[in-house]
Amino acid sequence: MTSWTAAQTDNLTIQAKREEGTLTAATEGRIDGANARLFLEALENAIEETDTAVLLDLSDLAYISSAGLRVILQTAKALRAQNAQFALCSAKGPIREVFEISGIDQIVSIHDSEDAAIASFKG
Amino acid sequence: MTKPCKILVVDDEPDLEPLMLQRMRRRIRSGEYDFVFAGNGVEALERLREEGDIDLVLSDINMPRMDGLTLLEQIPDVDPNVRCVIISAYGDMQNIRTAMNRGAFDFVTKPVDFDDLRITIDRTMRNLAEWREALSSRDKLVALQNELDVASKIQQSILPTQYPKSGNYKIAANMEPARNVGGDFFDILRLEYDRIGIAVADVSDKGVPAALFMMSSRTLLKGAGIGSGTPGEVLREVNDLLNEENDAAMFVTIFYAMYDPETSELTYANGGHNSPLIIHADGSSELLPLTGGIALGIVPGIEYGESSLKLSPGDTVIFYSDGVTEAMNADGEEFGVERMREIFEPSPPTDPEAATAAIFEAVHAFAGDTDQSDDITCVTLHRNAT
Repeated sequence: MTSWTAAQTDNLTIQAKREEGTLTAATEGRIDGANARLFLEALENAIEETDTAVLLDLSDLAYISSAGLRVILQTAKALRAQNAQFALCSAKGPIREVFEISGIDQIVSIHDSEDAAIASFKG
Repeated sequence: MTKPCKILVVDDEPDLEPLMLQRMRRRIRSGEYDFVFAGNGVEALERLREEGDIDLVLSDINMPRMDGLTLLEQIPDVDPNVRCVIISAYGDMQNIRTAMNRGAFDFVTKPVDFDDLRITIDRTMRNLAEWREALSSRDKLVALQNELDVASKIQQSILPTQYPKSGNYKIAANMEPARNVGGDFFDILRLEYDRIGIAVADVSDKGVPAALFMMSSRTLLKGAGIGSGTPGEVLREVNDLLNEENDAAMFVTIFYAMYDPETSELTYANGGHNSPLIIHADGSSELLPLTGGIALGIVPGIEYGESSLKLSPGDTVIFYSDGVTEAMNADGEEFGVERMREIFEPSPPTDPEAATAAIFEAVHAFAGDTDQSDDITCVTLHRNAT
């Protein structure tokens, strides 16, 4: 397993790790209009063509704006094109609500825990 | 290689030209300096105009036709960014002071010490380079500001300014854009049989592309709404059209409702937007149940569910964007739905304009000095009590 910091700013940190072709990116802080581009670039840089699954761990995410949701949709689209699986996990109540209200939970699967998400990739 | 520093030497002494070229030959050969010469101030202004890319003027003070001090005054009219260095007699403090006051950057004394002159030229050029960089950053900033102005104008231009009303209802609306341009808009459509369509929407992302996406969303919504489809059909049509060309993965959340004053029935469909709040005449309130639709522009070919309810006399429906509920105070807390309800607990709204104003006031009071990060939009529909 390798792990590294994919992004680090005042209000957003992304810790990435890769194990057997599964990239997990844990986001901490806030994703808003001002840093959505950085969020996208960090994901684009972290994801490799050989990755078969990508998991966004949202345990420590405090806020996500619509610009951030758009990045998640863009990532989902890009990963579909490379035939990789994509899921989110461990979103806290208010964050989960944002996904539910926007209906994005119907497009990207959201799991309760990292383990559940990893199991779904294998299933 | 960078462009050589182009220096205009102004002096009526013919000996200076060969001396300068001789003493600066290494810098000329290496491409660092390039010299142009003029015999007086008038000629110097001509050279400046002809060449157009002089960086530095090195000028004597006493010259026929136009002296160095007069030249200093006239240079900014030709090129305000050129730097001037004055050559003056040793000890001629009065002229040097006058030259500096007229904008000279530095001075050297006669007889010219060429080592000192090189240092002076290089220092002047460094200052000029910094100045140019600052200018270019400013230009970029201005361009960016212009882009944001365009986006903001687009956003403002699509908002309706007059709202329909009838004996049955009154309606009011307001949007306060965030400083760096968000993506909210609302619309109030006049439909057949005196019905009205009410839309509140929020486009993901900011800037000009988002503003254009907002523009097409609003146009499509207007077209589909006036085509008198039901709210679910309207959202389905707009969603399919938005999906046709949307490589940028932009999306828009839209809550669209149709109100029929004949029956007081409000029919609505939701595409990923916040749930409106209904406040009854007795002060009780609840969020309208959502219909489970996905934000528009993401997945083509999907259906949008509908719900409807009958407004009782005195009922008020508040349609809003997340700029209201997610407005933050200094402690990082969000305004939330509860605070919105609390505004009207003591006295339920009787006038939609006052109710809209009360919401904005409460959000401002809550946020205090915290920067507004998202557009705040609110449309209030009130069924008249009598």
